[in-house]
Amino acid sequence: MASRVLWASRAASYLRISTFNRAFSTVLKDLKYNDTHEWVKVDGDSATVGITDHAQDHLGDVVYVELPEVGSTVAQGANFGAVESVKATSDIISPVSGEIVEVNDELSNSPGLVNASPYENGWIIKVKLNDAAELDSLMDSDKYTKFCEEEDAKH
Amino acid sequence: MHLPITPFRTKKTTNKHQPRSNKYISSPFFTPALSLSLNSHSHSRSPHSHTQTMRGGGLLLSVTRRLSRHFATDSAPLKKTPLYDFHVANGGKMVPFAGWSMPIQYADSIMDSTVNCRANGGLFDVAHMCGLSLYGRDSVPFLETLVIADLAGLKPGTGSLTVFTNENGGAIDDSVVTKVKDDHIYLVVNAGCRDKDLAHIGAHLESFKKKGGDVSWHIHDERALLALQGPLAAPTLQFLTKDDLSTMYFGEFKMLDINGFACYLTRTGYTGEDGFEISVPAENAVDLAKAILEKSEGKVRLTGLGARDSLRLEAGLCLYGNDMEQHITPVEAGLSWAIGKRRKAEGGFLGAQVILKQLEEGPKIRRVGFFSQGPPARSHSEIADASGEKIGEVTSGGFSPCLKKNIAMGYVKSGLHKPGTEAKILVRGKPYDAVVTKMPFVPTKYYKPPK
Repeated sequence: MASRVLWASRAASYLRISTFNRAFSTVLKDLKYNDTHEWVKVDGDSATVGITDHAQDHLGDVVYVELPEVGSTVAQGANFGAVESVKATSDIISPVSGEIVEVNDELSNSPGLVNASPYENGWIIKVKLNDAAELDSLMDSDKYTKFCEEEDAKH
Repeated sequence: MHLPITPFRTKKTTNKHQPRSNKYISSPFFTPALSLSLNSHSHSRSPHSHTQTMRGGGLLLSVTRRLSRHFATDSAPLKKTPLYDFHVANGGKMVPFAGWSMPIQYADSIMDSTVNCRANGGLFDVAHMCGLSLYGRDSVPFLETLVIADLAGLKPGTGSLTVFTNENGGAIDDSVVTKVKDDHIYLVVNAGCRDKDLAHIGAHLESFKKKGGDVSWHIHDERALLALQGPLAAPTLQFLTKDDLSTMYFGEFKMLDINGFACYLTRTGYTGEDGFEISVPAENAVDLAKAILEKSEGKVRLTGLGARDSLRLEAGLCLYGNDMEQHITPVEAGLSWAIGKRRKAEGGFLGAQVILKQLEEGPKIRRVGFFSQGPPARSHSEIADASGEKIGEVTSGGFSPCLKKNIAMGYVKSGLHKPGTEAKILVRGKPYDAVVTKMPFVPTKYYKPPK
């Protein structure tokens, strides 16, 4: 755990990420977050969606990811798939609405990518955005960091 | 997704949580009584239909629900075992379980913990379970009216898994029962069934005594139960006792000194590995736990309920409340072997007429194991045949950390229970291939005498 903190803080300035101590979870600055622990990375009208480091840490080892079909639509706030850990299943809730243009098929062979690389190789779907204004209702990295701290402190 | 941050009682207030389908209520496999008992927990859930937009519940909610159906969901404080502070100090993540605050895991993941138990060893706090003794000349005949075991035929110092039955032959609880001597029986029952079992045994004890029977009981609340399982269990324990453990075989019982404490030792467990359950005076429980961990030089790790559930599922063992319930008989559950031969001939236990009939005609449903594709099958997943017709229901399921595949246990119509039978398991409305498999999924390593 200590080495992870060291890595995190050393990498912080280079990668422009912020770290918070409680669970050594990383929160990336350029992403947006919803209150059910999914992240979205926007590039024009295209968005990539996954679950956060905080989420994968609490989930434990992911053993299966249920992926939606390419071409289907997602709506902000609706579930589009599921992540299974050894003991439990959790729905993935989309932070944005749009058409699914790509799903991460790698996750069928290596569901552990969600744990190892929640923001990079563990991405789940790519969406063509309907409505960029939806992003305004999401949290930025600071708000999300605080949100996680508050949620954890409550319990 | 909703995260396992909280004991589920705080999740009650959020309406983001919609529980899984209650379709099983109308299943031919389960009577209304079952659905009532499964829903009897004060965690207020009203049945919701399984819709496409169903949101998953908090993960911890799902975890505890799968482990047990017996939560304390009201504001009654959770009970703590003597090892509570020790768990917290060692990184235990505490969750409510059957009215107790228990460690679901420690710093290592459930997967690592499970694998470690089979590779090295695991030490489990099972002090929430209820140990009791029956004393008196009529202990054996008394208990035989309530369980399916042939207690009279047990060699003193040996025990077995047994089932407490009700008038319909259904299971009230499962238990490891040991005949210490002819006038002393020691048994351990499930934490979630404690109140039910003690009321049941107590009522029958009273009427038995009124008829002149010589039997009394004592509940061992002054003792704590620890489970030590895995290949290093015996070598580690041997450091702490002068008795020769190499001649103590699976199912055997001894009263002996361990680390200077007067313990009851049973060579049994809930993991399929060689191991022991150790009943130690409550005030010595922490010291004994520390001594065991130290002697193993860290190879035996504190192991929580999450791994315990994976281990027992891999070993094909029932979890009362999931795989066995009030309306399921030991015959249906595949535990006919636990009905003593003499008991099969004579009966004399509650529900005997139902059970003996099932032994003769065969039960209508049977408990089987499955390997399946896709997402892990979970309890209440429907099992269908190739044409899509419902043939059964999953009662326990998950991802096997040791086999790295999905395993599940459930009940199917007799006739479709043979290993190799292909079926479909529906997870979130989609069918996935499954095949009936012999259990245990992971070979057991019980320490048996050489042939």
